[in-house]
Amino acid sequence: MTATAPAPPAAPAARERPRGTLGRLAGALHRRPRLRLALLLTAPLLWLAVLYLGSLAVLFVSAFWTTNSFTSQVVKVWSTDNLRAVLTTPVYREVIVRSVGVALAVTVLCAVIGFPLAFFTARVAPRRWRPLLVVAVLTPLWASYLVKVYAWRLILSEGGLADWMLRPFGLDGPGYGLPAAVLTLTYLWLPYMILPVHTALAQLPAGLLEASADLGARPARTFRSVVLPLVLPSVGAGSVFTFSLSLGDYITVQIVGGKTQLIGNLVYSNIELNLPMAAALGLVPVVVIVLYLLALRRTGALSSL
Amino acid sequence: MEGMAVRLQGLRKTFGETVAVAGIDLAVHDGEFFSMLGPSGSGKTTVLRLIAGFETPTEGRIELAGQDVTRLAPFERDVHTVFQDYALFPHMTVEQNVAYALKIRKVPKAERLRQAREALAQVRLEGYGTRRPAQLSGGQRQRVALARALVGRPRVLLLDEPLGALDAQLRERMQLELKALQREVGITFVFVTHDQQEALAMSDRIAVFRQGRLEQVGTPADIYERPATSFVASFVGTSNLLRGEAARRVLGTDGVHSVRPEKIRVLKESAADDEPGQVTATGTVAETVYLGDATRFLVDLDAGGRLTALQQNLTTSAEDVAAFRGARVRLAWHRRHTVQVPDAR
Repeated sequence: MTATAPAPPAAPAARERPRGTLGRLAGALHRRPRLRLALLLTAPLLWLAVLYLGSLAVLFVSAFWTTNSFTSQVVKVWSTDNLRAVLTTPVYREVIVRSVGVALAVTVLCAVIGFPLAFFTARVAPRRWRPLLVVAVLTPLWASYLVKVYAWRLILSEGGLADWMLRPFGLDGPGYGLPAAVLTLTYLWLPYMILPVHTALAQLPAGLLEASADLGARPARTFRSVVLPLVLPSVGAGSVFTFSLSLGDYITVQIVGGKTQLIGNLVYSNIELNLPMAAALGLVPVVVIVLYLLALRRTGALSSL
Repeated sequence: MEGMAVRLQGLRKTFGETVAVAGIDLAVHDGEFFSMLGPSGSGKTTVLRLIAGFETPTEGRIELAGQDVTRLAPFERDVHTVFQDYALFPHMTVEQNVAYALKIRKVPKAERLRQAREALAQVRLEGYGTRRPAQLSGGQRQRVALARALVGRPRVLLLDEPLGALDAQLRERMQLELKALQREVGITFVFVTHDQQEALAMSDRIAVFRQGRLEQVGTPADIYERPATSFVASFVGTSNLLRGEAARRVLGTDGVHSVRPEKIRVLKESAADDEPGQVTATGTVAETVYLGDATRFLVDLDAGGRLTALQQNLTTSAEDVAAFRGARVRLAWHRRHTVQVPDAR
């Protein structure tokens, strides 16, 4: 625009805001926040209510039904026999305890292996390598679950990689069985532990570490008094994944677990023959995980998810 | 060496190609309130971090109370820092934050609590001990950081723009409190700031930084009244320089000269300059800035150049001030308020 140009005659009209149909709609929505919220949330809420909570409800209800033992047909007669059987049959109780034990063992292993790794990727490695290292941690998640488990089956097979590497020390590989299942599950879920811990460590303000050193704390002390308490909630967050994923798994155990049975295997083997029993068994991990989350909530770990 | 809290010799720090500190020699006396003043990127914070031990110097030597600490880790040095963002531990209560240094020194719990409460009382935060840092306001957090750094009675307290995040009123109050506190505890304070007013108000001595070097070290009066360089003259206080042709015609000499705005009186053009030793210059008022308690006159001199004059509003008000714009005036000040400074250009 030049200084000599005459003022356009339509200048006042230009101050009017353009108001097409869309503009009016946007204005109307702006004045009705509740309508806006409803339009935004209806579809996802329906999805959540019908598909997610609905299927959980069906699971819960069908646990109280029974089966015709000749035809394997579901009979919709209310009974608590299935639940009682789950809680009192020694085999079931043994499997439940074993499954929770496996989930806890995998979680502890993931935390013990994952924390130092995350510490390295977030604070020790040169800054420009860090994003690359995170990608490296995540890469296994892009490979098929089955491929990874079968790879472990090969590693753990008789005369396989594990045996070969341990032979110089006079040892054998673990073979197939419970330890193999724990090992493979730890491998599978490790990235889910590393990622939240890495994020928490990376977000730890450098100033806090400096302040601690400034006030006389040696590195070990700073780690114990500042780093650990601030990062522990993220370990809890990671454990939600490692614990629940391990508790629900049944394929890994089938492939590398030998004769070991976990709760998932019981559910799987009951689905064809006795659906209500499978549902009752399926409620067990749901209840255990809810209890686990409630326990975690007390520590404040869930807010760092 | 007796009486020296901090001594820097030939201190240099480079980050790759960037020279943050380009050779500094400095001595801070015991019990002194010493400010390091400079624009951002002038190296003052890096010097503070070198003294604290967060950075290792590329060259040079750092002494604390006569002891060479150049290669010592932060936790081996008898200095504590008040950080710009306070760096309070969010998972600890205020009391635990303050007692942290004592806990590390294995002071018994009862004694630790007593000292922490005492330090909190010193910064007027009694009764806040069980709160978390997140539940405090900015000013309160700042006090907690101060108490936490003071409780261990360090030889030197380092303060990195501690008042920077506070609003103007709180800031002024904290300046007074900080100065009073320093007198009370008798600890050497090394205070980093980019605010010249703050440095002048609080310090026993000031070091002015520019591009990793020291421009001048001296008392507030030295720095303000007798700036050693044109940079100091313009960074501390309002830039009011006469140079070249203007200097020749007004002062009768060459070079760059500085005169403080509040030393200049604004007179009618016809006013006679009868006092001995008086310098006068005529000009036109280009702009007036009404500040409430005073008015700033920007005057274009007939001799060339522009001077700012600050006048107390003894009888004038905003309306009178506006009428001055475009008026012809005579500026007058005493010759001894003119300071020649080396030309940096």
